[in-house]
Amino acid sequence: MSAHTNTLANGHHGHHGHDDHGHDHDHDHDDGHEPSTFKGYMTGFVLAVILTVIPFWLVMGKVFEQSSTTALFLMGFAAVQIVVHMVYFLHMNARSEGGWNMLALIFTLVIVAITLAGSIWVMFHLNQNMMPGMMHDMKNMP
Amino acid sequence: MSNTSVHPAADDVHAADNLRFYVPGEHHPQNGTLLGFWLYLMSDCLIFACLFAVYGVVGRSYAAGPSGADLFDLSLVAINTSMLLLSSITFGFAMLEMQRKRLNATLLWLGITGLLGAAFIGLELYEFAHLIHEGATPQRSAFLSAFFALVATHGLHVTFGIVWLIVLMVQLKKHGFIPENRRRMMCLSMFWHFLDVVWIGVFTFVYLMGVLP
Amino acid sequence: MFEQLDLTKLILGRLSWEAIPLHEPILIGTFAMVVLGGLALLGALTYYKVWGYLWTDWLTSIDHKKIGIMYIILAIVMLLRGFSDAIMMRAQQAIAFGDSAGFLPPHHYDQIFTAHGVIMIFFVAMPLVTGLMNFVVPLQIGARDVAFPFLNNFSFWMTAGGAILVMASLFVGEFAKTGWLAYPPLSGIIHSPDVGVDYYIWSLQIAGVGTLLSGINLLVTIVKMRAPGMGLMKMPIFTWTSLCTNVLIIAAFPVLTAVLGLLSLDRYAGFNFFTNDFGGNAMMYVNLIWIWGHPEVYILILPAFGVFSEVVSTFSGKRLFGYASMVYATIVITVLSYLVWLHHFFTMGSGASVNSFFGITTMIISIPTGAKIFNWLFTMYRGRIRFEVPMLWTVGFMVTFTIGGMTGVLLAVPPADFVLHNSLFLIAHFHNVIIGGVLFGMMAGITYWFPKAFGYKLDPFWGKCSFWFWFVGFYFAFMPLYVLGLMGVTRRVNHFVDPSLQIWFQIAAFGAVLIALGIASFLIQLVVSYRRREELRDHTGDPWNGRTLEWSTSSPPPNYNFAFTPEVHDGDAWYQMKQRNYLRPAEGFLPIHMPKNTAAGIIIAGLSTLIGFALIWHMYLIAGVGFVALLGATIYHTFNYKRDYYIPVEDVVRTEAERTRLMSSHV
Repeated sequence: MSAHTNTLANGHHGHHGHDDHGHDHDHDHDDGHEPSTFKGYMTGFVLAVILTVIPFWLVMGKVFEQSSTTALFLMGFAAVQIVVHMVYFLHMNARSEGGWNMLALIFTLVIVAITLAGSIWVMFHLNQNMMPGMMHDMKNMP
Repeated sequence: MSNTSVHPAADDVHAADNLRFYVPGEHHPQNGTLLGFWLYLMSDCLIFACLFAVYGVVGRSYAAGPSGADLFDLSLVAINTSMLLLSSITFGFAMLEMQRKRLNATLLWLGITGLLGAAFIGLELYEFAHLIHEGATPQRSAFLSAFFALVATHGLHVTFGIVWLIVLMVQLKKHGFIPENRRRMMCLSMFWHFLDVVWIGVFTFVYLMGVLP
Repeated sequence: MFEQLDLTKLILGRLSWEAIPLHEPILIGTFAMVVLGGLALLGALTYYKVWGYLWTDWLTSIDHKKIGIMYIILAIVMLLRGFSDAIMMRAQQAIAFGDSAGFLPPHHYDQIFTAHGVIMIFFVAMPLVTGLMNFVVPLQIGARDVAFPFLNNFSFWMTAGGAILVMASLFVGEFAKTGWLAYPPLSGIIHSPDVGVDYYIWSLQIAGVGTLLSGINLLVTIVKMRAPGMGLMKMPIFTWTSLCTNVLIIAAFPVLTAVLGLLSLDRYAGFNFFTNDFGGNAMMYVNLIWIWGHPEVYILILPAFGVFSEVVSTFSGKRLFGYASMVYATIVITVLSYLVWLHHFFTMGSGASVNSFFGITTMIISIPTGAKIFNWLFTMYRGRIRFEVPMLWTVGFMVTFTIGGMTGVLLAVPPADFVLHNSLFLIAHFHNVIIGGVLFGMMAGITYWFPKAFGYKLDPFWGKCSFWFWFVGFYFAFMPLYVLGLMGVTRRVNHFVDPSLQIWFQIAAFGAVLIALGIASFLIQLVVSYRRREELRDHTGDPWNGRTLEWSTSSPPPNYNFAFTPEVHDGDAWYQMKQRNYLRPAEGFLPIHMPKNTAAGIIIAGLSTLIGFALIWHMYLIAGVGFVALLGATIYHTFNYKRDYYIPVEDVVRTEAERTRLMSSHV
């Protein structure tokens, strides 16, 4: 009937419970996945340890007089450590999944920033106008 | 309407000006599991963002009860943080062993990760029990409600991660490094590291900044 | 020594015979009708011996087309319930003046307006939108199914589970009396100690999980499974709006989950997030819930915009005008929808600077939508317009939605909103945009894609009846509300004193009756079309001379959609294929790799619904056991690695040959 006997044979081959047969070539589709390395993980780990120890020391050792200075440093170290985790442990780069991972991350971070900043800004004003008793607590807000 | 007709000799796959409108062979779309799981993690990130926002708003509403400075034992938190960070690196080692296709080594490192995670949860439960014993219950104030909700949600995620880890260990033992199991390892890896990222936020904003005057 | 273990309390929680509202005649009447109708349906299913077929071919199906259809069926059923609530409210408000108290006392009326809102948004509009996207998107991008077919089935059953809980609240216990967003402190445990708010919480949490997973599913599908050659700027415009909608779903629903979770902690465990004392802050709930709530309404409207783009283009016989600007407008709307949420509570007191910021952003977000309207009009200009029923809905939308949009811009001005907030003007505005936008869009979409799904067109006469009743009915029902709102009448009120207002409410009630006729016409249309299906049959798969890939398949498509994956070279891919005299291949078929049906979705969702019911009634033992079962079922499911199979090539050959025969015999 047709000259496509090869394809029919393949079809029969794939018939019986060879569920993963069709998935073998998924390896080809693992785009942007360079193999992880011991060096990469250790670098990330050492950086993370340093970036954790210092903030704890800043607070437990009462290094700065002003709370706001300490707070700024804490936020800074947290931000850097998050980036370290993203790069060294989560292998975040602009190529994985054709750039969609990075795009999703950036979009999420924007929404997170809007949610956090927006909520705190809005709630601060609401509290100021509508809950005068809370004023002195809000003074401690970062 | 449409003016397609069927051409008996389908050897000529191309239309008049050599444009091909279908793929004559087998076509498998790319697997979407890793992207899908990443997107789920992004949505989880937003749940935590809400909890952080709530903590940001009521985190100083002590209702004349105890504050973070009164309650938090930073050395315990430091130990906990190191447990979780260590578990991240041990999971990394498990991934390396998977790359080298060494099943038993992978299972060993996974097991150690699970134990470290369990130690983290254990210490956290101890901390909670101690706080409650002291009267610093989540019902005491909005600050404590926010504290418990945020930290316990993270803890619940870690617990589910441990359950998943055990299940995956069984599945690895049963089926080895088939592509499906590799994908699951990568997903669990993302999940585990993501929880460590969230913990950075927790120990910074809740514990460290919480004890600042 | 031993405390008497109250076994009833342990197992049944606070559930008791008192939960059944025997003293409410309306509910007992409804219950009787539901039981009789239900028994009739079950009897018919048994008589025609279709249980097996339903189970294997529909309930356990992972086929996106079947799941899409099930979503829409769910939505239509819930529309009947939500609309019954509406007509009861209209009737009450038309008669309850002065000495007449009407027939709905406040505690009943409050449940009705709450249920009406919850059902219409979560169990009518969302399933309609989700169902349509599920059905259409894989076909439009040349794929065989969505990225995660099992999750798709599971998502549907979670939505259905939420709907079941809401319906259960009619007959067992009661529903929330707080309005559809359940603001605390009213929704807190002190002021709503009964099960109503708990029904609300758990039905939304369960349905919310389904929606979130669906969002992830469709987004990955669009990103990863497009046919070769279909770059992003060659996607059909409905797929673009679906892409943005699913981004909104993923980025918004977690907030709802978190907020409802916090409310349940307050209610179940005495936490103090939203209480009046111990440092709680109820305003924070309002803030967070609207951070979800505003993107939610864009989740509803963007797919409708996508439908209109497809319909206008097809029935004007022209490529969509300004495709790129439509895409950018959609993306801008997606991003901006996160910057306007405070306009829902200008009056809560955040002050001038905050209110001005959000007022301005709200006005800005109307601009891309305006751009879209112009693009649709330019598409129609100099086109060869065919006023088939989908086009009627579209033109109706353009007029109606524009009015609603303009009242929205008026409300965006904070000083104006201080007068109009929570008045009937607001009610009129959002019904204007939701009915004129979402509902008209879904009706257009259903009519447009119905032949693709079922193989025959919907009867045009009854379609036109439905449209005109809905269109005229809408104006009669809601224009009076604008007037009333400007005069200061507040929402959610079941009794009035000023008799001069009554005429407006009577006109509105008349409008509601017309809409009821519109719904009836739609149901009649379904029956009549089925009976006339051979006359209305679509033989070619392309009944409207469409432009996108779904019209290249048969009507209905085979379960594998495409025997060969299409290759795309231009936007409006199918139109190009027709222009180039595309020849459908008749041989060279291969076995096709497809996912298997599974019962895991309905089982896991069923367990979730059971746990929800148990938590509502404080049946903690059952909830605990249910949770263990849920975990067990989920883990068991992950041990199933054999989830696909190959369709044998003989089946493909036979199906394709059948289509060839059908097409050539009706040329």
